[in-house]
Amino acid sequence: MDLQYFAELFLGGLTRGSIYALIALGYTMVYGIIELINFAHGEIYMIGAFTGLIVATVLTFAGFPTLAVLVLASVAAVVYSSCYGFTMEKIAYKPLRGAPRLSVLISAIGMSLFLQNYVLLAQTSDFLPFPSLVPDLAFWEPYAHIISSQEIVIISVTATVMVLLNLLIKFTRMGKAMRATSQDREMAMLTGVDVNRVISVTFVIGSATAALGAVLIASHIGQINFYIGFIAGIKAFVAAVLGGIGSVPGAVVGALVLGWTESFFTGYISSDYEDVFAFIFLVVILIFKPSGILGRSETQKV
Amino acid sequence: MTPLIEIRKSVLVSIWFMFLTFPIMVIRVNTVENVVEWRWHNMIAIGAGSFLLSFVWRYMIRRKEQGIRRQREGAGPRLSIFQRIGQERRIFLPALTLLAVAVVVFPFLVSMYQVNIMTTAFMYIMLGLGLNIVVGVAGLLDLGYVAFYAVGAYTYALLNHHFGLNFWVCLPIGAALGAGFGILLGFPVLRLRGDYLAIVTLGFGEIIRLVLENWNEFSFGPSGISNIPRPGLFGVAFSLEAHARYIYFIVVALAVFTIFMVNRLQNSRIGRAWLALREDEIACQAMGVDKTRTKLTAFALGATWAGLAGVIFAAKTTFINPASFTIWESINILCIVVLGGMGSITGVVLGALVLVLLPEYLRAFAEYRILTFGVVLVLMMVFRPGGIVSNVRRTYQFEGPDSGDK
Repeated sequence: MDLQYFAELFLGGLTRGSIYALIALGYTMVYGIIELINFAHGEIYMIGAFTGLIVATVLTFAGFPTLAVLVLASVAAVVYSSCYGFTMEKIAYKPLRGAPRLSVLISAIGMSLFLQNYVLLAQTSDFLPFPSLVPDLAFWEPYAHIISSQEIVIISVTATVMVLLNLLIKFTRMGKAMRATSQDREMAMLTGVDVNRVISVTFVIGSATAALGAVLIASHIGQINFYIGFIAGIKAFVAAVLGGIGSVPGAVVGALVLGWTESFFTGYISSDYEDVFAFIFLVVILIFKPSGILGRSETQKV
Repeated sequence: MTPLIEIRKSVLVSIWFMFLTFPIMVIRVNTVENVVEWRWHNMIAIGAGSFLLSFVWRYMIRRKEQGIRRQREGAGPRLSIFQRIGQERRIFLPALTLLAVAVVVFPFLVSMYQVNIMTTAFMYIMLGLGLNIVVGVAGLLDLGYVAFYAVGAYTYALLNHHFGLNFWVCLPIGAALGAGFGILLGFPVLRLRGDYLAIVTLGFGEIIRLVLENWNEFSFGPSGISNIPRPGLFGVAFSLEAHARYIYFIVVALAVFTIFMVNRLQNSRIGRAWLALREDEIACQAMGVDKTRTKLTAFALGATWAGLAGVIFAAKTTFINPASFTIWESINILCIVVLGGMGSITGVVLGALVLVLLPEYLRAFAEYRILTFGVVLVLMMVFRPGGIVSNVRRTYQFEGPDSGDK
């Protein structure tokens, strides 16, 4: 076996996995707190990519330097995606607290359809070229043939976000409130946790990481359209389930495993069935280990 | 609440939405020609629109909360107009006869184009009722329903292509294969709960479509299969127009059969088991209902109708390819069930008619169709989770000799 080819696939899988991880976080955190699969999460990611593209283009025309464009576009994408996530929760999910889960799920599907077509109608259905925002790092030049500096940036951003998020959940007041809410919402309310605020914050954090992922992956792949959220959302969801939905480290592990398996599968076997493979993988996991790699198995309460 | 506070709230909402939609609605960039288009008029429209809608939204939310409170105080939900018609025999029977006459006479009065649209509507009634068994009655959210539809369509197309089997032979085969695939999907997902189930069925639907698209030797890939024969009648030669009517009557007959069967099923032992399963899985098992069998029959019977409808679809359009069986088709059928009222047969029939006929006659708004679907799904779930015609729960009244004690 060719070692260099293997290394290429390995690093490609690592990059892919890092991006899935950034999106999967939103799923897993929201699920952990209100037990809802937020179908519209992929759309938040897509809106992040579009906002990033629009802001970046406008700023480039205005003559800003590359680094400023990168930072401002990312900030704009993060801010707007968070606001969309926040508003979405208020409109489509908050009035449904306590409703049957099927209702909330259908509402989420409706939200996803709406956001997709909103961008389609307000912008365009064509693929838009996305500028390569991440600059080539000079000191990395000698190693660029193994792994590009863009990929390095993606991997390190993901790692940083994960560490920060873990610290937030473990050591801050808000993190404590989040853990309490996810364990038992009513009990948390009784002890004075503002549950509505916790849920809003969760949506905002999840949307922000998705937007970060969106800007990074869009400038890595180089094009976006209104439909990218769907498949990215599905993949990230597979990752979240694989790692054990509701668990933040699980989402990272699951995303990396999915990234590697996909990368090796397409590299060594066939690229026609790449998406089929992700789905089959999901079905197999759910049958044999529904709680995922790091998830705890749930006992049903009567 | 004073009006001043209300207005202030609405102004804030309107500012928030103007901010929120600013980059997507106002700016449009063209990265090829390097032009930026500023569409400020959109911002004004959004501001005004959200200002007005926020009043409506708050009013509706308040009404909903009052409704919940009233229900808690013991006043039962009011019966809708359809249910009242259904209970009043004197109105119900003549209305039904009138409807039947209208359905029979219809294809002789209008153009072929209209007949074809109605055929499609009746096909969606079948699909909607089939999915209604799975989603509405048994409470299993299936987002890959279109896969069974595809199975039916490809069954007819392929069997006809390779072995020359005709429509009437393929119809039961398509239904049986649909049921078979339903069980095939049912087995692995038996243990899954609501939302996992949704994703796995979605994945299943996509797998079938991607396989059909990529496996060229088997399904002729994205180019699909053309020249599928229309259904025959003992070798009688039909004109194109007569054929449209003929298919219309086949579909109507099958739709009536579907309505009859689903109605019977819902009131049967297995139908009650489905309802019980939807309401509470654990309690249902404790009462001795076999969960495995109940779930599998729900999947199988739901998929049967999709298989049937698929065969008809292939015969009607004479051409099929994988692009007809995307996830949007599944969502379209789901919308029919949700809009009409989950679990209610009248509701699903109405939902199918509304969702097929409205977009057909509102061609001007065709591009807003899916956008509206999305809004309708959310609003329905928030304000009227029961759909147009909410299903009434079965109630039993005891009127035995000792009913005086009760």
